[in-house]
Amino acid sequence: MGSRIFLNLKLFGTALVAVGLTLTACSGGDDKAADPNEKVTLTYGVWDVNQQPAMQELATNFTKTHPNITVQVQLTPWEGYWTKLKAAVTGGAAPDVFWMNGPNFQLYASNKVIAPNPEGADTSVYPKALADLYTFEGKSYGLPKDMDTIGVWYNKKLFDAKKVAYPKDGWTWADFQDAAAKLTDAKAGVHGTAAELTSFQEYQYNTIAQAGGYVISPDGKKSGYDDPKTIAGLKFWTDLLDKKQSPDLKTMTDTTPLQLFESGKIAMYWGGSWNVPEFMGNEYAKDKVDVAPLPKGEKQATVIHGVANVVGAKSEHPDQAWEFVKYLGSKEAAEILGKTGPIPAYNGTQDAWAAKYPNLKLRTFLDSVSYAVPFPVSKNTAAWNEAELTHLTKAWNGQQPVEQSSAELAKAMNDLLAKE
Amino acid sequence: MARRKDRATEALWAYAFIAPTALGLGLFYLWPVLQTAYFSFTEWGAFGGHEWTGVDNYVRLVSDPELGRALVNTFTFTGLGLLSIPLAIVFAALLNRKMRGVGVYRTLFFLPYVTMPVAVAMVWRWLYNGDYGLINNALALVGVDGPNWIADPDTALYAVVVIGIWSSIGYNMIILLAGMQSIPADYYEAAALDGAGPVRQFVRITLPLLSPTAFFVSVISVIGSLQLFDLVFVIAGSGASARANPAFPRLQTVVQLFYDRAFVTNDRGYAAAIVMVLLLIIVILTAVQFRLQRRWVHYA
Repeated sequence: MGSRIFLNLKLFGTALVAVGLTLTACSGGDDKAADPNEKVTLTYGVWDVNQQPAMQELATNFTKTHPNITVQVQLTPWEGYWTKLKAAVTGGAAPDVFWMNGPNFQLYASNKVIAPNPEGADTSVYPKALADLYTFEGKSYGLPKDMDTIGVWYNKKLFDAKKVAYPKDGWTWADFQDAAAKLTDAKAGVHGTAAELTSFQEYQYNTIAQAGGYVISPDGKKSGYDDPKTIAGLKFWTDLLDKKQSPDLKTMTDTTPLQLFESGKIAMYWGGSWNVPEFMGNEYAKDKVDVAPLPKGEKQATVIHGVANVVGAKSEHPDQAWEFVKYLGSKEAAEILGKTGPIPAYNGTQDAWAAKYPNLKLRTFLDSVSYAVPFPVSKNTAAWNEAELTHLTKAWNGQQPVEQSSAELAKAMNDLLAKE
Repeated sequence: MARRKDRATEALWAYAFIAPTALGLGLFYLWPVLQTAYFSFTEWGAFGGHEWTGVDNYVRLVSDPELGRALVNTFTFTGLGLLSIPLAIVFAALLNRKMRGVGVYRTLFFLPYVTMPVAVAMVWRWLYNGDYGLINNALALVGVDGPNWIADPDTALYAVVVIGIWSSIGYNMIILLAGMQSIPADYYEAAALDGAGPVRQFVRITLPLLSPTAFFVSVISVIGSLQLFDLVFVIAGSGASARANPAFPRLQTVVQLFYDRAFVTNDRGYAAAIVMVLLLIIVILTAVQFRLQRRWVHYA
């Protein structure tokens, strides 16, 4: 194992130097005056291979109406996307237009490496929570491309076997807990649900909002994890673990809840609208699953998130890049995306997406936008995302009460927020 | 006069020949090391733009519980990983003879080393799976309820040690085999004439004369183990989600902590300080090994 790891470190060193070299190489002057008829090529950075054909189609369509602009779609798989983008931005070689997500947005905006929108940019055609997500210090950046909300995916076969009624709109935490208890069958190795710890977007953030708590204060300065209501939102999950209606953390570490759900070991799986192609392509799941809205706690809530197209601050063709972003955020582009990809963000274009699988109640994901809460972020979201796991793992593993873990997390998170 | 000129020309040629390597070494190894050393005294955000903060990062290191934990794990892994050397010696001795299919066996032992560590780790992950893994299914046949090997704090580190030994044994074995084959056959013939059996020959001739090779292997192993990253990165998961593994506190290594700080939480100055500490530890441990070799390494 030895020398190969050594090699990796060497490679890292090499990368550092390469970044340094690009830095010096790219600081040359760009003093040419903008010529509207100049032929330019824009680069467009994306991470999802499934959406690459749609992105390519959009790029080609854009060139039809803007013959002087060609767009090159550059795919970097998710695993390396952010590491590579950070290095490219540092070296001045970032794509002109690229995908941005919520957790990373403020980091890029506060470091001024993405460009704010010109005056008069219209973000009112997107769900407000998404437009707000991509607003930093009063300025909007880029335009939302798609959106996702969370629902309860359930296995009809397991419900039928235990003669439990399918979840209905307006169901509550109590209904959910009741169903989880009835669906759990220790002998068959089936659990009512899975209290997943690695995806707060699908689990904890939703129940925290439903309990009336919050993750981060609206000004981004204070952690909400010491708020009793936030803790109630976490306790929702640790109670299910205590009652063994969810597999324990060790089991979920070995086999992910998604894998367990797709092999009939979990009856109710909290997942996103992005799971549709996953389940519809899964031999076991495709004719057994359906989706229901998240159960209601003190209030009804789901986390909404979506990807945006943003313009790199160092783009040599900022005007053309913005033109392209505007096209990507248009109704026409949304309709093309909705046919094959995720839910488009442009209001009123989502029906095509929901109609794709008539056997699933996909409208659930659209209806929940009305009570959706924004994805919690700050300038260095990644730092406290790590703290969330470091501290809550102990509660999930039953080593200490969730109140204690949550209080420790609040303290750690407040320290990290103070450093931002 | 002519001779001096010859020498100068010779030196020039020598420099010309080492220039490509020296240049590469300087540019891609030495310069980054110096840069990293400098950055360890700065606060360096996600997109460059560093600010001199003196020894702040090092002060923080001292009170970082994660670094202490990562050091303990890394040292444990390094220490236990050395077990691969005696094992490799035994296998090398067994394969150091004429027999049918010796090439096949040598290839089999070497195979793990040429397999991508990520692929190796993936396969072991499946083997170790608590509910569906091959290991626990085998144990169940004899009535043993196996643990969640890589999610249980009591077993996780040892599970990784086993993979580490398994995947390094082939490399160590090949080096040691080469060492064994360079031992002159006369010694063994003479020993046989004097009535020494195979075990005695192994202990009295092979082991002492193999010691320089064993020393090389041990230095390389220690340096490699101290930099353990990819195996754990795949076994435990990457980035923040690795922390949802209850065994994570027992799996975290120094380089993994460095990775998290540099590439996940955007704290690169601090990450630089972490690798400087690691560099220092590697230098010290290697120096110690060179000192200790006087006691056990025999150069024939």
